[in-house]
Amino acid sequence: MAPVVDTLRLTAVEARGLLERGEISAAELHSAYLDAIDERDGELHCFLSTVERAEGDGVPIALKDVISTKGVETTAGSKILSGYVPVFDSTVAARCKSAGLPLLGKTNLDEFAMGSSTENSAFGPTRNPWDPTRVPGGSGGGSAAAVTAGLAPWALGSDTGGSIKQPSALCGNVGLRPTYGTVSRYGVVAFASSLDQIGPVTKTVRDAALLYSIIAGRDPLDSTTAELPEPVRLPEGESLKGVRIGMPTELNEAEGIEPGVAEAVANALALAEELGAEVGECSLPRSVRYGMPCYYLIAPAEASSNLARYDGVRYGLRAQGESYQKMVERTRDMGFGDEPKRRIMLGTYALSAGYYDAFYGQAQKVRTLISEEHREALEQFDVLVSPTSPTVAFPIGERIADPLAMYLSDLLTIPSCLAGLPGLSIPCGLSEGLPVGLQLIGPQFSENVLFRVGHALEQALEFDTVPTRWRT
Amino acid sequence: MIWEPVIGLEVHVHLKTRTKMFCRCRVGFGAEPNTQTCPVCLAFPGALPVVNRTAVEWTIKLGLALGCDIAEHAVFSRKNYFYFDNPKGYQISQYDLPFCISGKVILPTAEGDRVIKIVRAHLEEDAAKTVHVGGRTGRIRGAEHSIVDFNRGGTPLVEIVTAPDIRSAEEAKRFLQLLRQTIVELGISDAEMEKGTLRVDANVSVREVGSSELRTRTELKNMNSFTFVARGIDAEIARQIAVWESGAEVRQETYDFDATTGALTPHRAKEEADDYRYFPEPDLVPIEPPADLVERLRSELPEQPAARIRRLESELDLERATVLVTGGLDQLWGDAVAAGAEKIAAANVIANTIVGAGLDPAAVSAQELARLVDARERLPRAAFDEAISKLADPGFSAEPYLAQEAVSDESELEPIVARVLEASPGQVDAYRSGKEGLLGFFVGQVLKETGGKANPRVVSELIRERLDS
Repeated sequence: MAPVVDTLRLTAVEARGLLERGEISAAELHSAYLDAIDERDGELHCFLSTVERAEGDGVPIALKDVISTKGVETTAGSKILSGYVPVFDSTVAARCKSAGLPLLGKTNLDEFAMGSSTENSAFGPTRNPWDPTRVPGGSGGGSAAAVTAGLAPWALGSDTGGSIKQPSALCGNVGLRPTYGTVSRYGVVAFASSLDQIGPVTKTVRDAALLYSIIAGRDPLDSTTAELPEPVRLPEGESLKGVRIGMPTELNEAEGIEPGVAEAVANALALAEELGAEVGECSLPRSVRYGMPCYYLIAPAEASSNLARYDGVRYGLRAQGESYQKMVERTRDMGFGDEPKRRIMLGTYALSAGYYDAFYGQAQKVRTLISEEHREALEQFDVLVSPTSPTVAFPIGERIADPLAMYLSDLLTIPSCLAGLPGLSIPCGLSEGLPVGLQLIGPQFSENVLFRVGHALEQALEFDTVPTRWRT
Repeated sequence: MIWEPVIGLEVHVHLKTRTKMFCRCRVGFGAEPNTQTCPVCLAFPGALPVVNRTAVEWTIKLGLALGCDIAEHAVFSRKNYFYFDNPKGYQISQYDLPFCISGKVILPTAEGDRVIKIVRAHLEEDAAKTVHVGGRTGRIRGAEHSIVDFNRGGTPLVEIVTAPDIRSAEEAKRFLQLLRQTIVELGISDAEMEKGTLRVDANVSVREVGSSELRTRTELKNMNSFTFVARGIDAEIARQIAVWESGAEVRQETYDFDATTGALTPHRAKEEADDYRYFPEPDLVPIEPPADLVERLRSELPEQPAARIRRLESELDLERATVLVTGGLDQLWGDAVAAGAEKIAAANVIANTIVGAGLDPAAVSAQELARLVDARERLPRAAFDEAISKLADPGFSAEPYLAQEAVSDESELEPIVARVLEASPGQVDAYRSGKEGLLGFFVGQVLKETGGKANPRVVSELIRERLDS
């Protein structure tokens, strides 16, 4: 008789303890999560596929379905990859495997990670565990909702402009977007190569640090990766003495930030001061004003090229056509949803002869300015804070017809992504009964600092990650 | 109006690295289709390129040999287009920041050195190989289906672009022969057009002599030997001159040159400029070749073929020097001469007989070659030819052949000559009316009659005596 574990509350570090002490086997732990999936995923739809047998002796993990897993279907949430089974593991999947983490399953997402609500999945939306009439955020809504709902102790997401941090904020858990180049993208279905990063989605900051230590580090298969300058440390302390926290005015006073969200963030900052942090104001004027337009040129431009490989020739969907051109046209028309099509068109336009300098070229220059501006602010402060998302989880269907309103969900996460900086989102309270995320941004390779600050705040905030409706 | 051709070449060269440009698949010919592939070169989702360092070094080496400046900051870019031989939907190439720029090739000519400027040399990956099945032309139009072999996809490819500095088809051919030899001597490519490891596109236009204008140019593709490149260019020059002189305009088009018919057929009308939407490849980081690497590669360069041609020219003549050097035969020639062979005779034997016999010059014993060159006049033709054909055999000795003597006795040869001439009255008349090239025919007949033993020099003297009198 397997011991009963409360997957809603069990953290990955605790689960590891159970395994190490022999109180539960990896197979039993794995099947406890499969049971939870059976019980709750019918409502939430976090998983696109599950793996029945535990392979490995560690804490099981769920992977966002852009992460290639050898022998396990990987769809990127798109019809065009429906049925596609990779013949190779992505580097992150391989690293999880060699750390002994059995795969639980693949989680739902906006198609090709394009979206902020997981409503763009070709396989139907994921629902927010706190309120199933609302979105879990996106694009990594499946991973975030799964961790909150106790369907996985931890998960990996991918973040291009906020796809880890924003769903973590909306689902009330911890999400880390690492420094660009610290985690290999090899085998991860590409959206925008110069922005995509893989990162942990967990219940606690310590879990995030542990998972980050497993996946991070240079990969010879990804030329854009670098060696970590220092080993990852699991955070311990609760003091923030000497930590300088900056509040970028534009990120904290942006139009559209809900009062309840601002209040929860202010409350967290007050706690930080009590723990010994120095809190001050700073400014990122260009980052917020130009971040969004800059992102919506660079990301679609790269996406338009990255998505060109889905032509029906070698794998995935193939429509019939009397010529190669017709076959490709029909395959792509049938296989891609509206959002990828929209971004392919935007990106193709931005790269076109005669427009390149005005759009893509200009956006790259702005990106450099945004990096500069962050670097300057981070000379005065150790971390910058803001809400992760301007709003709490919004109702399913509310923004799907209005792409611009949807894009604004990522207003606060995009600038630091463009700068290649790490960002951690931790839950900092509730507004209207829904979780609010606090975003912590640090300089390149400052993950240990983010973990330390995040962990101390987490201890002080005592946020309960179990959705209120499931508390007993 | 006197017309002047304006020709620029784009030369693609396969590098013979062990592995492909951006993955670890083997490069090579003859493997079963689609067996030398992996997720990277098949563009599976999430697969990423990793630069082949050897290919980069070889590109720099080639750039140095072509007198180029080596970029301190080189960038790979994506060239975006849809085609089934291009699995990613983009080719990783170089755009505004190639490895090599602003070089020049010196082409020794009788009128002095011609300088052909090299605009750039960049590194990219080759496309997969496609075969169109079921059509009459072998092209996609009219084909029932196409098959794709991704073994070739991802092979490192250097593209060398010249300035429009070439002024004739013959000059294009000489430039290509010199360039090819430079490449082969660097050991970076076999550079064989028949195998497709060297491909040439020619951009051709014409203008009035003395003018500096550049008129509309056309592009010639799919020529599979240097001779066909030259013929194709000549045909295109003639076509363009005819178009202009008829009062019409040359249109910007791409042509395929059919070597068997000599016909130029439009490849694809360029109604609008292609838009490849180049942008820097975000999956790779810029490459900054270290100065010490560049200097090391520079110090490893062999002596340039053009310099060797000029050096040999003083001992032979430009034509023979060029043939020896561009054929990779000058080393053997030098060794044979050092072993005592007469210079001109050695050059002739090497350029004609050795090449004709398909021998690897590196395997030939210069010592034995020198002995054969020396004895060539007195050896029976058959014995000489046989000896030459065995020159590259391990441990070959000319000794047994040198003992044989050609028949030079005029009294013995006279009757045979008489017989041959009597048997070919038509040819004799033709010779007498000016077709002196028939001399070779008569000599050949006599040699045949004597089983290859007659001394050809004596035979031809006897024939001339009879016919010219």
